[in-house]
Amino acid sequence: MPNRIQATFDKLRARGQKALIPYIMAGDPSLTETESLVLALEEAGADLIELGVPFSDPIADGPVIQKAAERALRSGTSLKSILSTVKTLRTKSQIPLILMTYYNTIMAMGENEFCEQAVKAGVDGVIVPDLPPEEADLLCEAADKAGGPVVIFLLAPTSTKSRQAEVIKRTKGFIYYVSLTGITGASLSNMDEVRQNVSKIQKTAKKPVAVGFGISTPDQVKQVAEFADGVIVGSAIVRQIGDHQLDSALIERISQFTQGLKTATLNGK
Amino acid sequence: MPTLPDKRGRFGKYGGQYVPETLMPAMLELEQAYLAAKRDKKFQAEVQDCLQQYVGRPTPLYFAERLTKTLGGAKIYLKREDLCHTGAHKINNTVGQALLTRRMKKHRVIAETGAGQHGVAVATVAAMFGLNAEIYMGTEDMERQALNVFRMRLLGSTVTGVDAGSRTLKDAISEAMRDWTTNVRTTHYLLGSVLGAHPYPMMIRDFQAVIGREARKQILSAEGKLPSCLVACVGGGSNSIGLFYPFIKDPKVEMVGVEAGGLGLTSGKHAARFSGGKPGVLHGTMTYLLQDHHGQVSLTHSVSAGLDYPAVGPEHSLHHDAGRIRYTSATDEEALAAFDLLSQEEGIIPALESAHAIAEITKLAPTMRKSQVIIVNLSGRGDKDVQQIARMRGIPL
Repeated sequence: MPNRIQATFDKLRARGQKALIPYIMAGDPSLTETESLVLALEEAGADLIELGVPFSDPIADGPVIQKAAERALRSGTSLKSILSTVKTLRTKSQIPLILMTYYNTIMAMGENEFCEQAVKAGVDGVIVPDLPPEEADLLCEAADKAGGPVVIFLLAPTSTKSRQAEVIKRTKGFIYYVSLTGITGASLSNMDEVRQNVSKIQKTAKKPVAVGFGISTPDQVKQVAEFADGVIVGSAIVRQIGDHQLDSALIERISQFTQGLKTATLNGK
Repeated sequence: MPTLPDKRGRFGKYGGQYVPETLMPAMLELEQAYLAAKRDKKFQAEVQDCLQQYVGRPTPLYFAERLTKTLGGAKIYLKREDLCHTGAHKINNTVGQALLTRRMKKHRVIAETGAGQHGVAVATVAAMFGLNAEIYMGTEDMERQALNVFRMRLLGSTVTGVDAGSRTLKDAISEAMRDWTTNVRTTHYLLGSVLGAHPYPMMIRDFQAVIGREARKQILSAEGKLPSCLVACVGGGSNSIGLFYPFIKDPKVEMVGVEAGGLGLTSGKHAARFSGGKPGVLHGTMTYLLQDHHGQVSLTHSVSAGLDYPAVGPEHSLHHDAGRIRYTSATDEEALAAFDLLSQEEGIIPALESAHAIAEITKLAPTMRKSQVIIVNLSGRGDKDVQQIARMRGIPL
């Protein structure tokens, strides 16, 4: 079976469309809500979904996602329980699901065990923000052996040419381009620089490039969709989940916001 | 024994560079800058000059005669890092990294601090070298160590409170890493212990190894032989590796690292990574880490803020597994008793961190022969802890 991530990008490319990739923190406010949110995001036009795995010390994340991780941990969420939620979701949805998790949670489970369980559950990809390619051999070998999930690497504005080449070679599924020098939820100020850097990567890479960090409004999504293959929106969604988690209309609110983002990716098409 | 770490920053399977891509180029740049500086005689002379003229090195190796008699066993020598400028070994590292910052043409440094000793040492060198400094400190630690917060501000540094997580040292490091990720092009992260991603554990060990190099010369001159045993407390592990490293290839010299036993190992409220931890990744390095079975980092406890951290330097993890260094722990209570003992026997008030090493001496020295020699690293002085001790004993000052 071809990887769902690749199939989705292929399908979108054939239609001349760009991928909308929302990020939510699994278990915030609970895994039951996460299940409903994933289905609602898909319904609202999400093409792939990133599920954050909460970690006690998330060094690449700003305050919005830090607080979401704290809420998720308080609700008893673990990598193991997230995998079982994914398994349940797979009876209802075939949307590509990507875990974003810090390395220690994978290490605690064991790389081989993690990959086997993730494949069984139906996880398609994994992004590990504190695992540069230099340290990723164990995880990549385990993923190859288990037949998944694909390991997605990141590039940043500070990445040198040789690092770009290495990431382009090793990443699978897509290249995650970090739009700014900073942490999640920071504000993105220089769209021209992002455009230039992404087009440089696209010149040598045959893989899709998705852009994340600091993208929070439909207008920004529209601009990024003009040049990138995918747009990742995290903190802007997670903030609303945090602010309205006791609201009975939470799912509807997130749905509407996501529809607005999807429309923005279509760029008037 | 090969030189460690290897080219990938590994001490056996420990160490490495587990940092976001945004920081990776800076880690490689720092490694190159440090290795070039290490080979540069002019840089080494600058460090040497600064240690001598500003820090006050060499520090004495003091024979603690009364303590030796009281314990009735091995001869006890104290390596007096408490006599360094700012009152602890921390400044050996901050002087080196400040000179390196200047060499890299960066003008801003950031740092984390727990008890405030590293923060004060950073604020001090920042003032001396004309660097802008911002120091991250958990809000819980800011309350406990208000005097050091004031001291850092007096020296011209900005102290920024961190209100996330446990509001202590580990959260201050996370926040400093986030700042670095954002300002990496202009800022040097002046980390305070042999933690974090390569090259930090190697570089900080090298800057602290002056402790052991001096002690080696001093003991050979005083006793005409190497010591039987070295003892030091282990938080992140910089004062201990600084003392141990120049002796590591002397198989007859035993080494003991003392972790914070807190309220006791069975209480779960401690920072004894080698008793309750297992290998994991935190703040850029693979090492022994106190964590739950899902990989979430545990909260730690120690009466001494400088030992209150869930991970330990990766080089220690290697020496632990290889059996080269023995790791033990002292409880809060044992450390407090040792604090009183050294104050009253020798007229030296030790830092609560160093009191953990003294506590181990009280157990170890009586089991050894009078002809044997122990060197204890007295990593810092206890002035900073006096208020806390008074508070704990209900004595109004």
